[in-house]
Amino acid sequence: MNAHIETTPLTAEKAEKTEGHGFGNRISKPANFLLVLMFTLIGIACLYPVLLVIAVSFTDEQTITTSGYNIIPKVFSTYSYEYLFQDAGKIFRGYGVSIAVTLLGTLGSLLLTSLFAYPISRKDLPYRNLLAFFVFFTILFNGGLVTWYLTYSAAGLKNTMAALILAHLVGPFNVLIMRTFFANTIPVSLIESAKIDGAGEMRIYARIILQLSLPVMATIGLFQMLGYWNDWFTSSVLISSNNLVSLQYLMYKIIYNIQYLNSGMVDASVAGSQTATIPTETVRMAMAIVGIGPIIFVYPFVQRYFVKGLTIGAVKG
Amino acid sequence: MLTNAPRLLRNLFKFRALYLMVLFPAAVLIFNNYIPMFGVIVAFKNYNFVDGILGSAWAGFENFKYLFQTEDAWNATRNTVLYNAVFIVLNNAVAIFLAIALNELRSRRLARLFQSSLLFPYFLSFVVVSYLVYAFLGGYGFINKGILEPLGFDPVSWYTEPKYWTVILPLVNLWKQVGYAMILYLAAIVGIDQEYYEAAVIDGASKWQQIRRITVPLMAPVIIILIILQIGHIFNADFGLFYQVPLNTGVLYPTTNVIDTFVYRGLLVSGNVGMSSAAGLYQSTIGIILVLATNFIIRRFSKENALF
Repeated sequence: MNAHIETTPLTAEKAEKTEGHGFGNRISKPANFLLVLMFTLIGIACLYPVLLVIAVSFTDEQTITTSGYNIIPKVFSTYSYEYLFQDAGKIFRGYGVSIAVTLLGTLGSLLLTSLFAYPISRKDLPYRNLLAFFVFFTILFNGGLVTWYLTYSAAGLKNTMAALILAHLVGPFNVLIMRTFFANTIPVSLIESAKIDGAGEMRIYARIILQLSLPVMATIGLFQMLGYWNDWFTSSVLISSNNLVSLQYLMYKIIYNIQYLNSGMVDASVAGSQTATIPTETVRMAMAIVGIGPIIFVYPFVQRYFVKGLTIGAVKG
Repeated sequence: MLTNAPRLLRNLFKFRALYLMVLFPAAVLIFNNYIPMFGVIVAFKNYNFVDGILGSAWAGFENFKYLFQTEDAWNATRNTVLYNAVFIVLNNAVAIFLAIALNELRSRRLARLFQSSLLFPYFLSFVVVSYLVYAFLGGYGFINKGILEPLGFDPVSWYTEPKYWTVILPLVNLWKQVGYAMILYLAAIVGIDQEYYEAAVIDGASKWQQIRRITVPLMAPVIIILIILQIGHIFNADFGLFYQVPLNTGVLYPTTNVIDTFVYRGLLVSGNVGMSSAAGLYQSTIGIILVLATNFIIRRFSKENALF
């Protein structure tokens, strides 16, 4: 049994070739206009929620309670951000945890994934299919959340940053995608000649394999970065300490605190003293913007590579 | 055996550097995946925190009996399968349509711009998405105050009415995932040999005929493989969508509880290790059966596309 994954890189040349299916085979101008109109509307639908949240975060709180959420702030205010940054420590710590976990996790992932992928990409390695199956089986079957949680608890990983990193460190699909890339793009003769020149296996891995696999590294690095940055689930299961609250987990906690206080489950007289300190509608939306911020900032730069990588990593069955 | 053992050792020694490389990532997989896999025996035990997994007494199938007596387990199973079925049909239909349409646009620059906009939601976490959805559905949200009130309708309390969520969740899921699926299909279209279209034009085929007779049939293998794979995972729900987007609201459970949220709440809210591990094992077992079955079907259909 051998996992079989093919790659079809979506290269620039290929994309150019389909340029309107060549001259003379384009859709009519009215049809094109309708499609452009449709995509414009869908595109707006995709971005509108974020724009709405940005607008609300800059709206005066009183205006929200009278006229609701609006895409153009009726009364402009930066109060929500001023309010939010009174307690900036939490936010900065959230950023710190998220950045540390994302950086260490992504680098560690790339290192460990390639350390597994390279040996099993070598056709001369005995038992390579057995090792590949060892990876592949984890895709087929898993023990589920409960036993995973019990394992992490027993190992003393609750409330540690290591747990947040370890949880996504070696993804089986990533290993198999990288294995296929190494096997298909790195010529065996190159490895052979390096060996003849006296290079050891470690040296070949570090000096040849890693140098020649930038595309797959960029792809898997990007997927891992996104995964680590957006991970709130691991935190919600394992983290209760206030020192290790990542940005996503902070956002998660804030929306629940408000839900809880608004739900009427809390006695009004008890909550009364706290109402002054709970984030209200606009502050909540400002928090969302603080959380989305980095994604909006890097999105234009990374999405091109992401699209390319998406097809490098396409698991065709 | 006598001749095999030295060969094993010889191989291990000869390739020791490569086997050493594998050691660290293999240790991570053992810890993250294999130890929890063997831990599933906890589903057959009467677990208590003091004795641990190994020390707790055996309970046979009691946990499973208990699990399937609860109405919640059936409800969660039904929701998981039905929602995933809706997602598979809706997302693939829309993504295929959009991929074909995007490919036909006359301007490549506009096509790239639209592609970027449609992919954007995929980059957001479900925590962020829950804020965005709240901006629309909350008490002062855009739908109540910006649409319903000006039109003279009463505001709707979205977060207390389960019936609306059977529509809201597929829409939110479509919004977040369709850009990604569209790009997968777009890659399949771009891979089609242009000569087919050139020949079709010479034969006087209209654009519509080209799409129906060339594009769609040549996309079919990718479409079928992706859909079969998705059917293989029909027992696994997207946790973030079902837990975070409805803000874990109790009154919405009838239409938002899925196996994954059921297991999560069983473990972390009720602390019922036995029942939630039984639910998890039930999910994993049906999951592996479905994946093996779908792979068997793919193998018969096209061998090179099978996963194994």
